[in-house]
This record gives sequence, C-alpha cells and structure tokens, in this order.
Amino acid sequence: MTAIAHVHQGANTAPDHHHHDTSENTIFGFWLYLMTDCLLFASVFATYAVLFMNTAGGVSGRDIFELDYVAIETAALLFSSITYGFAMIAAHRQNKGATLGWLLVTFAFGAVFIGMEVNEFHHLIAEGNGPSRSAFLSSFFALVGMHGLHVTAGLIWMAVMMIEVVKRGLGRQTITRLSCLSLFWHFLDIVWVCVFTVVYLMGVL
Amino acid sequence: MSAQTDLHADHSHETDHGSVKSYLVGFALSVILTAIPFWAVMTAQFDKATNIWLMVTMAIVQVVVHLKYFLHLNFSEQGRANTFAFLFTALIIVMVVGLSIWIIYASNAMMMH
Repeated sequence: MTAIAHVHQGANTAPDHHHHDTSENTIFGFWLYLMTDCLLFASVFATYAVLFMNTAGGVSGRDIFELDYVAIETAALLFSSITYGFAMIAAHRQNKGATLGWLLVTFAFGAVFIGMEVNEFHHLIAEGNGPSRSAFLSSFFALVGMHGLHVTAGLIWMAVMMIEVVKRGLGRQTITRLSCLSLFWHFLDIVWVCVFTVVYLMGVL
Repeated sequence: MSAQTDLHADHSHETDHGSVKSYLVGFALSVILTAIPFWAVMTAQFDKATNIWLMVTMAIVQVVVHLKYFLHLNFSEQGRANTFAFLFTALIIVMVVGLSIWIIYASNAMMMH
C-alpha cells in the first residue's frame, strides 16, 4: 500500500483530483483505530454474554425489549448508512450542495436513532430498571450505551464536517476527513447489527 | 479502500468509492437480512435453536454485506492491507468472545454440580 503510494508520488507531477499524499495513510490509520474499537466492543459483548442471565430477580430481556421499537431504530440507522454513502458519492463528484443535503439527511436519521435510544433508556430507568438494578441491566446499559455514545460522537463530527464543507468546500483534506467519518459511520451500523441480534433478538427468545 | 492509488485510477474510480448502484444493492440485501430474523422472532416461526442459528447466520452475512458494499473491503492491491487488518481483528474477536463465553459457561456449569 505505502509502496504504491510512493511510486505514484514520484511519477505523478500533474495536479489531479485524486489524493495520493498522506490521505491514503490517514484513512488506513483511521481504519486501524476502528479495528481497536472493534476489540473494545467485542470485550463488552463478551461481558454481556457472560452476565445477561444474572437478572437478580429483576426483569429479563423478554420483559423489557420491544422489537417493533428496535426495528424502527434499526431502520433509521440503516437509512443513515446509505444516505452517508450518497453523500460520499456527491463529495467525490465535487457536488457541494448534494453532499450537504445528504449529510443533513444522515444527521437527521442518526438523531432519530439517538433520540429513540435515550427515550428507551429514560423509560427503563424511570421504571426502576436502571443499570444498578442487576448485572444484566449493567451490561445492557454498558453495551448499548457505548454504541449510543459512539453514534453521538459521530453526529457531533458530522455537524463539524457540514460546517467545514460550507466554509471550505470539498478540498482534498475535507474529503479525507469525510472518508474517515464514512468508515466510522458504516462501522457503527455493523456494530448495531451485532447489538440487535445478540441483545434484542436473542433477548426475547 | 477509499482513496485511489491504482495506476488505472480513472477506470476504477467509481467502483472504489462505491457507486449509487452498489450502495442500493447493499442496502436492499441489508433490509432483507434484517427483516428475516425480526420476522422469525416476532411471529415465533421456529423453535428456539432454529431461531438462534437463523439470526446468527443472517447477522454474519449482513456484516459481510456491509463490509463489501458500504466499507468497500476487497482483496485488490490497494485494499488488501485494510482487509487483512480486519481479518486479524476478526480472529482476535472470535478468540476473546468465544473463549470467554466457553470458560465462564463451563465454570458456571461446574459450580452448579
């Protein structure tokens, strides 16, 4: 990968719209960070898998999970994934208006997801099923909450990127940053696939 | 992955970042792979063991679909490093999660007797 990038830097002197310099390494570095994030999620998944049966006489997954609610959350996140893809395609075509539009739609879907999750947490805690109730609920809040915090961070990042696109247009550096956020956002959707399978679907079985 | 290093940059540009079509294909597959396990569990189609196998299979397939169509992982020269980094991570995850569950459940079973 690096070797190829070097060959290109030497051979290519004409200005072009491709990014051959450090953006390639930046994106690869960000990918490696995501892999470590993957390990973090994996450890919390393992914790959940070990603790989920210990309900300490309290509620179990079957009592508190509402699958139709989770299905809507899942749909919001999946829609946000494809609209982010459209934003990236528009960005590579140097279409500033479309990029901003799709980023805004993605942000809206992400906000719907987070809003629903906060609402779910609020109801659980209000009914006395907070994280301190049992080991099951502790690990549930840790796992789902950690994913939610990641999505929130992604939303903040996305808001910053929208301001950057407005102010500085779609330069090489901005596209590199958008590409990193793209990896981050799609990665969170993958984690959510594991969350709804392991936590919600298996929880109600 | 996402940026170009290919010598034939102009030809593979669209496929490398994903085209509208490839995103739509990935999206359609994801919808199907999400709908099947939700439908199976919500309407209680099968017994518990079948359901678990079904949803685990669907989840794994959907992760692969996301990796291919949304994250554009591939085995081309410029994308290989990312793919191998992921495969290594996947191996570690299988070990961390799989072995933790195995050890804890085994010790749990032994404590009960």
